[in-house]
Amino acid sequence: MQKYDLVVIGGGPAGMAAALKAKECGVKKIIILERAATLGGILEQCIHAGFGLHYFGEELTGPEYAHRFIEQVEQTDIEVKVDTMVLEIRNGNIVVATNAVDGMLELHATAIILAMGCRERPRGALDIPGSRASGIMTAGTAQKYVNIDGYMPGKKIVILGSGDIGLIMARRMTLEGAKVEMVCELMPFSGGLQRNIVQCLEDMGIPLKLSCTVIQTHGIERLEGVTIANVDENRRPIPGTEQYVECDTLLLSVGLIPENELTRMAGIIIDPVTNGAVVDENRQTSRPGIFACGNVLQVHDLVDYVTAESQIAGEGAAAYIRNKPKGRNRYVSVKGRDGVRYVVPQNINENTDKDVKLYFRVADVFRNARIIVESDGKVLYNKKKPKLAPGEMEYVVIKADDIRALEKKELVVRLEVQQ
Amino acid sequence: MQYDVAVIGAGVCGAMITREMSKLDLKVILLEKCNDVAMGTSKANSAIVHAGFDAEPGTLKAKLNVQGASLMAYYCNKLHVPYKNIGSLVVAYSWDDMKTLDELFERGFANGVPNMDIISQERLREMEPYISEEAVGALWAPTAGIVSPYELTIACVENAVLNGARVRRNSGVFDIEYKDGLFSLSTASGVVKAKYVINCAGVFADQIAKMIGDTSFRIIPRKGEYYLLDKSEQKMVSHVLFHCPSKMGKGILVTPTVHGNVLMGPTAIDLDFDSKLDLDTTIEGLNIVKEDVKTVIPALSTRNCITSFAGLRAHIDSEHADFLIAPSKANEHFINVAGIESPGLTAAPAIARYVANIFKEIAPQYPRKEQFRTDRPAPIHVNELTDEERRTLVEKDKRYGRIICRCEGVTEGEIIDAIKAPCGARDVDGVKRRTRAGMGRCQGGFCGSKVVEILARELGEDMNQITKFGNESRILYNRTK
Repeated sequence: MQKYDLVVIGGGPAGMAAALKAKECGVKKIIILERAATLGGILEQCIHAGFGLHYFGEELTGPEYAHRFIEQVEQTDIEVKVDTMVLEIRNGNIVVATNAVDGMLELHATAIILAMGCRERPRGALDIPGSRASGIMTAGTAQKYVNIDGYMPGKKIVILGSGDIGLIMARRMTLEGAKVEMVCELMPFSGGLQRNIVQCLEDMGIPLKLSCTVIQTHGIERLEGVTIANVDENRRPIPGTEQYVECDTLLLSVGLIPENELTRMAGIIIDPVTNGAVVDENRQTSRPGIFACGNVLQVHDLVDYVTAESQIAGEGAAAYIRNKPKGRNRYVSVKGRDGVRYVVPQNINENTDKDVKLYFRVADVFRNARIIVESDGKVLYNKKKPKLAPGEMEYVVIKADDIRALEKKELVVRLEVQQ
Repeated sequence: MQYDVAVIGAGVCGAMITREMSKLDLKVILLEKCNDVAMGTSKANSAIVHAGFDAEPGTLKAKLNVQGASLMAYYCNKLHVPYKNIGSLVVAYSWDDMKTLDELFERGFANGVPNMDIISQERLREMEPYISEEAVGALWAPTAGIVSPYELTIACVENAVLNGARVRRNSGVFDIEYKDGLFSLSTASGVVKAKYVINCAGVFADQIAKMIGDTSFRIIPRKGEYYLLDKSEQKMVSHVLFHCPSKMGKGILVTPTVHGNVLMGPTAIDLDFDSKLDLDTTIEGLNIVKEDVKTVIPALSTRNCITSFAGLRAHIDSEHADFLIAPSKANEHFINVAGIESPGLTAAPAIARYVANIFKEIAPQYPRKEQFRTDRPAPIHVNELTDEERRTLVEKDKRYGRIICRCEGVTEGEIIDAIKAPCGARDVDGVKRRTRAGMGRCQGGFCGSKVVEILARELGEDMNQITKFGNESRILYNRTK
C-alpha cells in the first residue's frame, strides 16, 4: 500500500485547484486520481468562452481555463494518475482505485479531497412517456459528440430544460447548421445564467418556452417528434395545450446531480437539498480528514466559484494534515429559510479565525428582496438586491469575530421580500 | 443454404429451442428480425421465475411452469446467467384476499409447487420490513426467483452457436412457401430453406403462422409498463411481491432484480392486433404503477426511478388462453410455439424440452450428437471479482482496468468481450444488455459516447454507423463543420 498525505479524487477544476492550494500550503505527497484520459474534467468539452471573468479577470474558453491549472500542476511534484477510477474509500482513509497500468491501487491517505463533479439528470428520472427511440440524450452527451468527437447528433432539435449546458448547446448546434426549434422550460423562469439566455437564445433567435414541458416522445427507431404542453402552477400539463413538434433529437438539460456514490459508500452525511456532503467552513465533511469541493459538493454555475471553493478545501486539508486534530469540532449550524433553498457551508467552527463566505441559492425569482443573516434575532447582515434568481449562486461574507461572538450556535440566511 | 430446422424468433423460447436442436445431429438456423437477440418480450418483462400456483391445473402453462422453475437453477448455473432463488410472496390485504391465498395454495398443490406456506402478518413483516401496514398475510413460495431474461436468451444463443447452430439477425421472415417437403423462408437477408420450421415469433407468431395458411389463432399484444428504480432502493424489498391475482393477470408486482435494482409493474392493456410495435410508455400506465406500488410498499419512491419501459405479452385471443405448442394443422412440419405469455420465461427451459419431444416424434431421423457442450464460457464481470482476482486479470489484460461505465463499473475489456462473443453485440443496447454499461443511474450519459467509439473500432465502422438497436436507430449524423 502506498502512503500519501493527500489523495484528491477528480482532476477537474475542483481537484486541481484543491491540490495546488494544498501544495502551496506545504503538503508534501499529493496525488490526483482522474477517471478521464486527461486532467480538466468537463471543461475540456466546454469550448465556448465565458470562463474566468471573476478569477482571472479575463474571458477564457473551458479548455483554456483548465490548461492554466494543468500547467501549474505540471510544474509541481503533484502526482497524477489519469484513466483511473476510484472504486471505494475504505475505513482508515484507504482509497481503492483501478486503471489499466497499475491494475488495482490501494492508497493510504492522511486526508482525502472529494472532487468528482456531477452528472446530468437522465431521461428516466424525468419520466417522459413515449418511445425508446434513439436521438434522446443529455445536452452534455451531445456536447461531447460535437466538440470532442466531431459528430452531429441531430439536425432538428428540441431542448428540454434551460440549464446552462442546454442553452450553450442550443447555440452550438445552431452554429453547426442544425435547426433548434425551441427550448422548453418546466418552470416559469430559466435555471440558466441570464447572460446565456441572451447570448445563446435571444441572439440566435431560438424561442424559450417557459412553463412548458415535453409530455411524450414519438418514433420507433429514431425520434420523429415530441408532444409539448404548457403546465399550470403545479407543473402539471394543461389539457388542450398539447402541440406536436417534429424533431429528430431531444436534448435534456434538466438538472445536475452531484456524483456522491463514493461519498455515500464512505458513510458521509449528505445534505438532502444540495445532494452533496454536509461540510464546515473548511469544506470538511462529517468524516474527519475527508473534504469535498466543486460540483460534487454543490452544483455551481461559474467555474470561478468552484476554484475559490476548492482552494478553501485545499487549505483545510493542509491544515488537517499539519495538525492532525483530535476530538470533535463544535459548530455553529447554518440554515436557509424563507426563499433560501440551502447554504454551504452547513456548519462553521465556533472558534473560526477566518471570515466565512456563505454561498446559497434562492428558490424562486425575487426582485428587491433583502438578504438577511441573523442569529437568535440578532442581524449580522442585511442588504437589498435588485434581483435574485435560482440560476445564480449568491454569497454573503460573515466576519469571524461575529461568528465567535454568537450566543446561540445557529445562523439563518433568509430573504425578506418587499411587498 | 439448406437447413434441417429453422427457428423463427430469437426470444428466450427461440433461443432455448435452438439450443435443444443443437443437441441433435442436424443443421439448425435461428432467424431474428432485429439487430440482436432478445429484442422483444424477452427484454421487457418482470424477470420472474414463478413458482407455478397461478395457472389452472391441467394446462400446459401449469405443467411447464413448475418444470421450468425447477430447471432454472441448473440452466443459469451452466450458462452463467444471473439467477436468485429469493422466493415470492402473494400479499393479502383483507380476509377475502386470505381466502384467495387458500385457493392459490390449493392450485399450487395441484400443480406440484413444493414447500408453499401461508404466513402470518408477523412473519411477513419480518421478511419484508417495509410492507404496508394493511397487509394481513401472504402466500410464501420459496421456489420462485428472479433471473436476467435477456442474459438467459443471449447465453442460450451463445451456447447453441458453440454447438454448431447458426444465427442470422436482421432477417425478419416476410413470406413462406412450402414445396417438395421444403420450406422457403423469404427474409430481409435472403431466402432460407429448411425442412422443419419452429415458430417462436412472440407477438408476431400469428402473422408467421398465417404465411403457411394457419389462421387458427390470433395474438393480442398486451402491454405492460414498468419502472426501474436505482440500486439505492434495494433495501426496500427482498422477495417477489405480488398482489392477489385478477382476470388480467397477476397484477402489479414489486421485486428486486438480479442486479440489485427494484422493478415495479406491469400494467395490462390490450392493444390492437396491428399495434405490435407500440412500446410507448404512457402517463396513464406509469401512474397506475406508481399508485399501485404505494399500497404494497408505501415508502418506496419513484423519485429514484432510473428508467421506465414497456413490454408486450403475446396473449392468445381466447377466454382460457393456454400456451399453444404443437405442430400446425396446416403443415405438421411447422411447429407453433405461440401465446407464450407469463409464465413463459419461467417455463422456457421446459418448453424447449417439450418442443424437442414433439420434434422427435415428427422427425425421428435425427440422432443426438456425440458431443454436446452444455455450458458457455463465463463472461467476465470485473466488479464481481475480489481485489486479488481483479489484479491478476488486469495484469493479463490491461483493458480490464479501464472503466468505461462508471455507474456499473464496466471495463473496456468486458465491452470488447461482449462484441467478440459468438453472436456478439453490434449496437449500444446490445452492449448494455451484455455488460450493463449504460444501465446505471446516469443511463449512459457519460459512457454512451465511449461505447459508440469502442463499437466503431471493434466492428471496423465509422462512429456514425453505430446504432442504438439496429436499423434507423443511428445515434450520430454527419461530421461537424
